[in-house]
Amino acid sequence: MSEQLHDVRLTVNGTTHEVRVPARRLLSDALRHDLGLTGTHVGCEHGVCGACTILVDGAPMRSCLMLAVSAADHELTTVEGLTNEDGSLGPVQQAFAECHGLQCGFCTPGFLTTITAGLRDNPRPTHEEARDMIAGNLCRCTGYQNIVKAVERAAELQGELSS
Amino acid sequence: MTTKLMGQAVQRVEDQRFLRGEGRYVDDVAVGPGTLHAAVLRSPHAHAKILDIDVTDVLDVEGVHAVYTYDDLTGPMAEPLPLLIPHPALTHGRTQYALAKDEVNYVGEAIAFVVAEDRYVAEDAVSRIRVDYEFLPPVVGVEAARAAEHLVHPDVPGNVGARLEQNVGDAPAAIAKAPHRLELDLTVERSACMPMEGRGTVARWDPDVNRLQVWTSTQSSTGVRAAIAVKMGLDLGQVDVITPDVGGGFGVKINHPWPEELLVPMAARVLGRTVKFTEDRREHFISSAHERGQVQHIEVGFDDDGRLLGLDVEFWHDHGAFTPYGLIVPIITSTQLLGPYKPQSYRVVFESLYTNTVMVTPYRGAGRPQGCYAMERTMDAIAAYLGKDRADVRAVNFIQPDEFPYDQGLIFQDGRELEYDSGDYPASLEKIKALIGWDEFPAYQREMAAQGRKVGIGLACYVEGTGVGPYEGAHVHVETSGKVKVATGLTTQGQGHATVFAQLVADELGVKFEDVEVVTGDTRRMPYAVGTFASRAAVMSGSAIHLAAKRTKEKVLKIAAEALEADENDLQIVDGVVSVKGSPGTSIDLGTVSVLSNPLRYAFDEASKAATQFSVGDPGKPPVAEDEEPGLEGKDFYSPERATFASGMHAVIVETDPDTAEITILKYAVVHDCGHLINPMIVEGQIHGGVAQGVGGALYERMAYDESGQLLNASFMDFLMPYVTEIPDGIAIDHLETPSPLNPLGIKGAGEAGVIPSAAVFAAAIEDAEGIPVRAMPISPSELFHLRESQRSQEHSS
Repeated sequence: MSEQLHDVRLTVNGTTHEVRVPARRLLSDALRHDLGLTGTHVGCEHGVCGACTILVDGAPMRSCLMLAVSAADHELTTVEGLTNEDGSLGPVQQAFAECHGLQCGFCTPGFLTTITAGLRDNPRPTHEEARDMIAGNLCRCTGYQNIVKAVERAAELQGELSS
Repeated sequence: MTTKLMGQAVQRVEDQRFLRGEGRYVDDVAVGPGTLHAAVLRSPHAHAKILDIDVTDVLDVEGVHAVYTYDDLTGPMAEPLPLLIPHPALTHGRTQYALAKDEVNYVGEAIAFVVAEDRYVAEDAVSRIRVDYEFLPPVVGVEAARAAEHLVHPDVPGNVGARLEQNVGDAPAAIAKAPHRLELDLTVERSACMPMEGRGTVARWDPDVNRLQVWTSTQSSTGVRAAIAVKMGLDLGQVDVITPDVGGGFGVKINHPWPEELLVPMAARVLGRTVKFTEDRREHFISSAHERGQVQHIEVGFDDDGRLLGLDVEFWHDHGAFTPYGLIVPIITSTQLLGPYKPQSYRVVFESLYTNTVMVTPYRGAGRPQGCYAMERTMDAIAAYLGKDRADVRAVNFIQPDEFPYDQGLIFQDGRELEYDSGDYPASLEKIKALIGWDEFPAYQREMAAQGRKVGIGLACYVEGTGVGPYEGAHVHVETSGKVKVATGLTTQGQGHATVFAQLVADELGVKFEDVEVVTGDTRRMPYAVGTFASRAAVMSGSAIHLAAKRTKEKVLKIAAEALEADENDLQIVDGVVSVKGSPGTSIDLGTVSVLSNPLRYAFDEASKAATQFSVGDPGKPPVAEDEEPGLEGKDFYSPERATFASGMHAVIVETDPDTAEITILKYAVVHDCGHLINPMIVEGQIHGGVAQGVGGALYERMAYDESGQLLNASFMDFLMPYVTEIPDGIAIDHLETPSPLNPLGIKGAGEAGVIPSAAVFAAAIEDAEGIPVRAMPISPSELFHLRESQRSQEHSS
């Protein structure tokens, strides 16, 4: 009764990986356990908490609701891919550090990817828009106050970079 | 001199790895092929006898390595799990087995443990186990437990695990002769910690050194270590427990050992493979722990000013199916209920009751939110009865600043007298009134009413015993590089310990903050420790680290004085360099001092070469003098006489929709007194998080058990944890810093405070907006709607 395996090519943070997985393997599990990219965290496995959010062709997606086999031929970005090329923190990451936007850090990768996509679509969010941007992610530690500040600070940092 | 870091909003060092996705949580350990994964068969029934377990089909599943049931457990593993905190009043304490023996007592109880190539296969195998049950009637909720028509455990009469009464004076007599009397019946529902990371354990048996290495997401690595050693018949020295990054705890991870914390190491040793268990969200709902649920009856007698003459509280605490954590939660409710007040007499009695539900162990606040709710609802009821300002009624009952230390006459959770060390409650009240706009509110309320809008204000005060003993320790080591390695044994779940403890060491030792590295929760580095709970880490480990750094500094100065041929009192340490005050040229690096501290000096590094110019030690004596040790280290323990008492007050303004009964938070204010702040940014973060959990607990979260003991909302879809949309946009915070006289830094704990007054403060504000007594929390819009309906029908019928 052996499980049928599929060869899948996953492109993550610009690097291509070949994995052999059963059809039912979640993308979140493939990233974490097959590729060792453990920065993506799994908080609920039913798509509600947002901790496992990654970017699929730039769009935020819950990697616990995707199968690894369905991620072939897409560009995936995880939290590990958000740092600058020189290894320094990217603007959203930097904003979180400055604003104390994280405590235990477990939900953080999902917020970082979500905000990265959000600021690309809306580089200058109003305060209300900054709150809306993170309204699909759960955090149990911070009470969100400093995460909202981090969204606004990240927008500032990105503005400085592009000006 | 460098600026003191104590009190500075220093950015967190741990963030660098978290933000890069380089955190190491338990499930990030031993990733990849070679690691086996466990899944657990859990009871689908709340109460049943197990007649037979058939695992024959499991072994056909390819990739399954082992399946264990109770019959496979031997020796101490086959005995019930430990009752961590026994109490004489807990006459009928019961704990579960690592795997159910003959009977299950809640939905979620572990029955069988499967180890397989991956979690998917392990779950396939679990689904093939067949269990024959004989159903027993389940006991769900306080009412059913009290009625005791059915029993959870046949040998526990009345479902009563414990009954505890404490008296200060004669409260019933004082109430009987008081000018005014009131009675209140209150309820608080169940909720839970719900950290974003659930439980998890990884274990690896190393046959080459005959040792077990365990990573577990716990709030007490030393506790788990001792439990594993005893249960597996190993020497303590054969077990290492490492608590890596933990994705939130909030109390639930202080209970230990969980069945999986024993079964994973057991399987790892038997199979000779690394074994991992990572709890999924549904498992966390049904097989970890919950808290809060209580039913309370209060009788109070008071004078014309609202002064408490007698307070008589009786409550029923639903502790679920087992009592591994003893009576900590109801004891805290019964003692911390008094908050900042000094009733002239007090009687409290509680019954801790069994139900066929998930067990109850501390959740942030640990019984205080329920106590605060009882006390503050009483204060509001007194004010309403007397037609007085709610703040004024509180003020007449406050312990005054000149009355500290104040002995409440009760025995606290740690078995010591409930004696408050310091505080200034009148000053806090003034601050919170100013912050929320208390005196201006009535005019605002009238103005809103004129527009057809309903707004209400609430106020709630609390005192929190923090930093309970017995002890924590710390070890500080200066390496020859001049870098400082610090270890303390308690664990970290996001509180920023690596930052705040480094601040303390940098200050005391005179080194750069960046040169200090702090490790927590690793029994290899600090085998004696208690754990992270009761808002105790900063107070306990912070004090221990301060003391250990002080010892290290003493040794630094002694060696440096000899090397520099100077008097110790003339030396200063700045940025890791010891120099003679006023003569900066006469100096020695801390790394070089470290070389000099060790008579064995292979010249591996620059510091060792630099050390050759200095001469220390008496050639007429042994290289290591009798009262000395080689190495530049300092170790110390901090063990306080008793807890230190933080305090605070919250106020909230809410608006309730006249049609839909939707509840909106307009303003939230916090005044907080945790003594001296080490890092105000981190303290405020703790308050923010506490307030958010409090909002969840007051307005959204509950454990929806049906009468058969099924938890109907065991997912994030149905258990309504707040998103940003439910949390106030901005929380006004003001600090008071009344130092504790009990520790060298004058600090008090801050971790739990934010959540303590939530149920009380929201009930008060909603009651104020609606003019309807609120006696049950949490409250949803539909419940508020029904309250209005029943109020209306009462008014019609009267």
